Amino acid sequence: MTIKQLSVFLENKTGRINDVTRILGKHGINMHAFSMAETTDFGILRLIVSEVEKAVEILRDANFAVMLTDVICIKCSNTAGALSTILEQLSQKEIFIEYMYAFADGEQANVVIRPNDIDRCVKTLQECHCDVRQGF
Amino acid sequence: MIWNPNKECMSRDEMRALQSKRLQKLVTYVYHNVPFYRNKMQEMDIAPEDIVSIDDIVKLPFTTKQDLRDNYPYGLQAAPASEIVRVHASSGTTGNPTIVGYTRKDLAVWSEVMTRCLTAYGVTRDDTFSVSYGYGLFTGGLGAHYGVENLGATVVPTSTGNTEKHIRLIRDLKITGIACTPSYALYLAETLEKMGLTKEDIGLRIGAFGAEPWTENMRKEIEERLGLKGYNIYGLSEIMGPGVSYECSEQNGSHICEDHFYPEIINPETLEQLPYGEQGELVFTTLTKEGMPLLRYRTKDLCTLMEGECACGRTSVRMGRIVGRSDDMLIIRGINVFPSQVESVILEMPEFEPQYMLIVERENNLDKLQVQVEVRRDFFSDDIGRMLNMKKRLADRLKSVLSIGVDVRLMEPNGIERSQGKGKHVIDKRILK
Repeated sequence: MTIKQLSVFLENKTGRINDVTRILGKHGINMHAFSMAETTDFGILRLIVSEVEKAVEILRDANFAVMLTDVICIKCSNTAGALSTILEQLSQKEIFIEYMYAFADGEQANVVIRPNDIDRCVKTLQECHCDVRQGF
Repeated sequence: MIWNPNKECMSRDEMRALQSKRLQKLVTYVYHNVPFYRNKMQEMDIAPEDIVSIDDIVKLPFTTKQDLRDNYPYGLQAAPASEIVRVHASSGTTGNPTIVGYTRKDLAVWSEVMTRCLTAYGVTRDDTFSVSYGYGLFTGGLGAHYGVENLGATVVPTSTGNTEKHIRLIRDLKITGIACTPSYALYLAETLEKMGLTKEDIGLRIGAFGAEPWTENMRKEIEERLGLKGYNIYGLSEIMGPGVSYECSEQNGSHICEDHFYPEIINPETLEQLPYGEQGELVFTTLTKEGMPLLRYRTKDLCTLMEGECACGRTSVRMGRIVGRSDDMLIIRGINVFPSQVESVILEMPEFEPQYMLIVERENNLDKLQVQVEVRRDFFSDDIGRMLNMKKRLADRLKSVLSIGVDVRLMEPNGIERSQGKGKHVIDKRILK
């Protein structure tokens, strides 16, 4: 039910995100989604990629600090109110979302969420028959 | 004006005779009261009787900051504890600070030399003088304080902090003189302007600036913005505190109170004494000190010594501006910072690689220290809160060790350039011209 997200530690420095995308591109790894969280001096680039284990290996070889985090990718229809219905279920069960990012593709939207309690979140989503992605 | 013409304008021959007599007495005193010096002299096969003139000083051993640390706290103290009436401590690297004990006579000498400085700057009994060095273990505050009292002027012990209140006191109490660091003087000028006041609203006329390196350009700027005349004051706690040397109205070097503090310039590599006019490391011998007298203390400050009677009438040897240090010590907002202090804090925390870089900048006339550290890969977290917490813990720890606030910057693994051979750990961007 969960997928592996790749997180990369980056200094706030021009061209640093591109250093990551260039390396991934060179090794034929595709990025499905990403988001950037930033502070005054550093940022965390969070990515969903095609071959996550390989991506970890090549980025580590290039001296990046990387780690894998379990996240949930919810599939929902790309229509008004669809996400709200799902989030309603989560908030009723008091599941807190630490961060989330989303991308829509035609009829369908994909929402990556990182809840504080991943097991309870998975269970809640199953109970309400919410569709989640097993991978890309 | 000259406070003590008998000493400050003594003929060179008389001064040499006085220094020779005092050195003989000092060597006998430390030989019999400080095992550290007795052992050193015995190793070098020198007895107190071998010292007959001031020129024999080159036969004596040097003292370093490390010696003071190794003999923490009272190992180099010559006077019995019952004679010590005050203790100061200077910031040192992690571990032991340098402890200096003063006898009642030491404090009297200190007040005397401080009074000579203030008189040379033109301070009189009619002045009201604000001492804005930190009061406490640091020698700046109390050292300047007792000099002002000894002179008979009014002292306002403002210490540091609350700059707006300070400016109101300067205006309302008609304060005419101030002792502080040059960077604080500039900060004061800025605050004055922010408060919508000008130098015409206050009546400052004399500034005694020291405890950190400064330049002629800074002097011009401070004088212009505060409407006063700025004078250099030099001192170090190991020797006494502020008052070791001072500028006169000629402002051509700082006159050393050499009846109390005998200066030499040495080559820091060969340790040979250098003639007047050559640049090298400044070394002091405390000719009259009782509490913790020091033989040939290496200050690590680089400068030159100048001989010859000054147009002000004083005959004492003058020291030029400090042009640098022979070690890696940084002076940031008047506080001594050693890169090794930062290093030991970083090594204590497993979250960080041992690589680090200190970046010193002067922003709005205040020194800023940035510490760059690399986060170890195993400690990288996807949780921003944890990362920020890691950063804060390092900043707090550094602040408690260094006594100044530090801006920590987390870097990627290998984010700090590795150097070949001797690691470069400091980038000082402050422009001192």
